[in-house]
Amino acid sequence: MTAERKMRINDVQVKFEEGETVLACARRAGVRIPTLCHFDGLSDIGACRLCLVEVEGSAQLAASCVTRAEPGMVIRCHTTRLAEYRKVILELLLAERNHVCSVCVANGNCELQDLATEHQIDHVRFDYQFPALGVDLSHGQFGVDHNRCILCTRCVRVCDEIEGAHTWDVAGRGGTSRVITDLAQPWGESQTCTSCGKCVELCPTGALFPRGTSVGGLVRDRGRIELAMAHRRHESCHG
Amino acid sequence: MSPDDLDGIAARENASRKPIQIRCCTAAGCLAVGAESVRRELQGVLEQHPLRDQTEVIGVGCMRLCGFGPLVRRDPDGTTFAGVRPADAPAIIAGQGPELTPLDMHQPFFRNQKSVVLANCGIVDPERIESTIAAGGYRGLRDALTLHSPAEIVQFVTRSGLRGRGGAGYPTGVKWSIVAGSTDPNKHVICNADEGDPGAFKDRTILESDPHRVMEGMVIAGYATGARTGYVYVRGEHPLVTDRLQKAIDQAREFGLLGTDILGRGLIFDIEIRVGAGAYVCGEETALIASIEGGRGIPHPRPPYPGKVGLWGAPTLINNVETYANIGAIVENGPDWYSAIGTPTSRGTKVFSVAGRVVRTGLVEVPMGTPLREIVEVMCGGAPKGARIKAVQTGGPAGGFVPEPLLDTPVDYEAMAAIGSIVGSGGMIVLDETTDMVEMARFFMDFCRDESCGKCIPCRTGTVQMHGLLERIGRREGTRADVLRLELLADVVRHTSLCGLGRSAPNPVTSSLRHFRGDYEEKLRGGPKS
Ligand SMILES: Cc1cc2nc3c(=O)[nH]c(=O)nc-3n(C[C@H](O)[C@H](O)[C@H](O)COP(=O)(O)O)c2cc1C
Ligand code: SF4
Ligand code: SF4
Ligand code: SF4
Repeated sequence: MTAERKMRINDVQVKFEEGETVLACARRAGVRIPTLCHFDGLSDIGACRLCLVEVEGSAQLAASCVTRAEPGMVIRCHTTRLAEYRKVILELLLAERNHVCSVCVANGNCELQDLATEHQIDHVRFDYQFPALGVDLSHGQFGVDHNRCILCTRCVRVCDEIEGAHTWDVAGRGGTSRVITDLAQPWGESQTCTSCGKCVELCPTGALFPRGTSVGGLVRDRGRIELAMAHRRHESCHG
Repeated sequence: MSPDDLDGIAARENASRKPIQIRCCTAAGCLAVGAESVRRELQGVLEQHPLRDQTEVIGVGCMRLCGFGPLVRRDPDGTTFAGVRPADAPAIIAGQGPELTPLDMHQPFFRNQKSVVLANCGIVDPERIESTIAAGGYRGLRDALTLHSPAEIVQFVTRSGLRGRGGAGYPTGVKWSIVAGSTDPNKHVICNADEGDPGAFKDRTILESDPHRVMEGMVIAGYATGARTGYVYVRGEHPLVTDRLQKAIDQAREFGLLGTDILGRGLIFDIEIRVGAGAYVCGEETALIASIEGGRGIPHPRPPYPGKVGLWGAPTLINNVETYANIGAIVENGPDWYSAIGTPTSRGTKVFSVAGRVVRTGLVEVPMGTPLREIVEVMCGGAPKGARIKAVQTGGPAGGFVPEPLLDTPVDYEAMAAIGSIVGSGGMIVLDETTDMVEMARFFMDFCRDESCGKCIPCRTGTVQMHGLLERIGRREGTRADVLRLELLADVVRHTSLCGLGRSAPNPVTSSLRHFRGDYEEKLRGGPKS
């Protein structure tokens, strides 16, 4: 006899399908869990740590995007401890590079900015690192500003998994990591980029942008890509 | 080769020994201070020497007192000489000479060691399999294949109480039974020889000195779990390990101890070496697996654990070098023999590489439960020049500091955790009274910051911030608020990072704050609280 596929998330009883993640269940139940590296349709890597939740009976926090739902699980997503951890993680990101929203193309259209507002971050408790990173404007249509990059690797994954071009990668390690195109050549010289624009659409911040966008001028149209991904999910289920 | 052939090889090897054997250490520590020229000179002098028909020179592995190399021992009486120079060769061959003072082999450094893993280190020639077989090598494998079923071997390992020696102390038997329990026909065994903690050198020394013992453990693991392929993951910067291991693998294949019909019993198992790029995080099991698969060596979330989904998606047993090195002896002598050594929760022996401000640096193997004080003071002689020990660091960047008043703590997983440190994989660094603990914490944080793979936010950015705070406090520009920030970040990085590197990176900070808060307070702007 298989146990009934039911679990509790923040005291809401949720039914789930075999293999579903805790994050997917929570979203279906209308419970909001913040995320940055996750994007529906891309592989999950558990890297941003914002989606950590408490699992009853476990000493460790679990990244809900990579944790499978199990019968009888009891999940808490919004404790004071988690709220503080999320706040610190966001502050650490804000201090890592250069996130001066007032001069950013994504001002008003940025997931990091939205999360900071949601978590009531009015000041950052850590030293701003402000590394002087470059901006690559060699591509005819798009630009990359490494100072705004949060290393979520959505660009890497969408380009590899959806577009199939594998133009992006991560080079270096630790705090010196950065995203690169091809073998760290200028984006404009990339042999693999098809200029499809998917990476630009999915970038959560102002790191990737269409050329000629002015401060606060970034608009996104993710519908097109979401459709493509839903199609792919459909194929992988039935193919 | 059949199981009985092992005895024949051993008998032939023993019969071919000359009565006097001069053993020269050829492990990395002694090689670094000129052991190779000592060996060449001994060989050269011996060729013209009247004792040449009764004497032979053998290159062996570590003799433990690494800080006093090159070490040479004259057997059968076991007279051992330290700091040998090529010019000493004639006197050593003759067994006498005014310039030679032999080491006291009854001193606690040697006497208090309990050899299981290191039993053949410094005795066998690691480059000749016959030498290992003569010293009892592969008898555990023979017993496993002729006397026990695979399930019995898993039982043995479980009952022995052996816990993983790679740092986390996970029960080895549980791991083995998970892999053995899978019906997947495709399984793998991995030996983790990455050993990247600064100051640690025990795994490298074990492999340089007695590679067959580790390989024997892996073959037994293959038999017990049903895996057919084994990989040893070593660092590229240790070519001696790779060379010796490759020689050992070639010889084991030739002798039918690896391959498609091991010991004539039809067991299929082979071992390959994989050379890593030398990043600390590649020692983390999921990163290590990604690296063997040819990808970037970055960690992945667990579960799934490698025991279920590991190398190329197959169930994979991954253990540390020292863990495998215990297996042959457990099979040969039985689990009860093994579990009689050590403490109720930590069985067997533990190998440590002792370094830092201590009179005798080197390799020690002691029963679990031995107090730290016995290791660093009684065996290793305490701090040089009569200085006082301030603390002992165990577990490297993932570990903590044990302050001098707590040195009576036994080497036991639970006892060490209770005082905020860990047994660790085997690095032990002695710090004397001149040590600045803020600087030590900064050193380890600098290491973690450099070695963080950068995948997850808390580790990538938190280690940078913590390092900055430690630097500022070190410059005497820090405030009480900075200490609070340090504590906040330690909590966040520990509990939210993806892999063990980030999760344990705050340990040196929390441990030094717990035991040496005064070192921080004294540096704060405005001075210590009055
Ligand atoms: C950052 C990091 C580095 C590690 N390095 C090593 C190592 O060098 N050698 C090792 O055996 N285990 C290392 N480990 C532990 C391994 O992930 C794994 O737990 C171990 O190899 C299992 O073997 P054991 O059960 O025999 O200890 C490391 C873990 C982390 C998080
Ligand atoms: S534009 Fe398309 S092909 Fe080019 S890098 Fe972005 S996702 Fe890849
Ligand atoms: S460029 Fe954008 S999508 Fe790519 S890693 Fe940086 S923040 Fe993420
Ligand atoms: S904890 Fe550090 S080393 Fe581990 S995955 Fe995160 S960034 Fe990489």
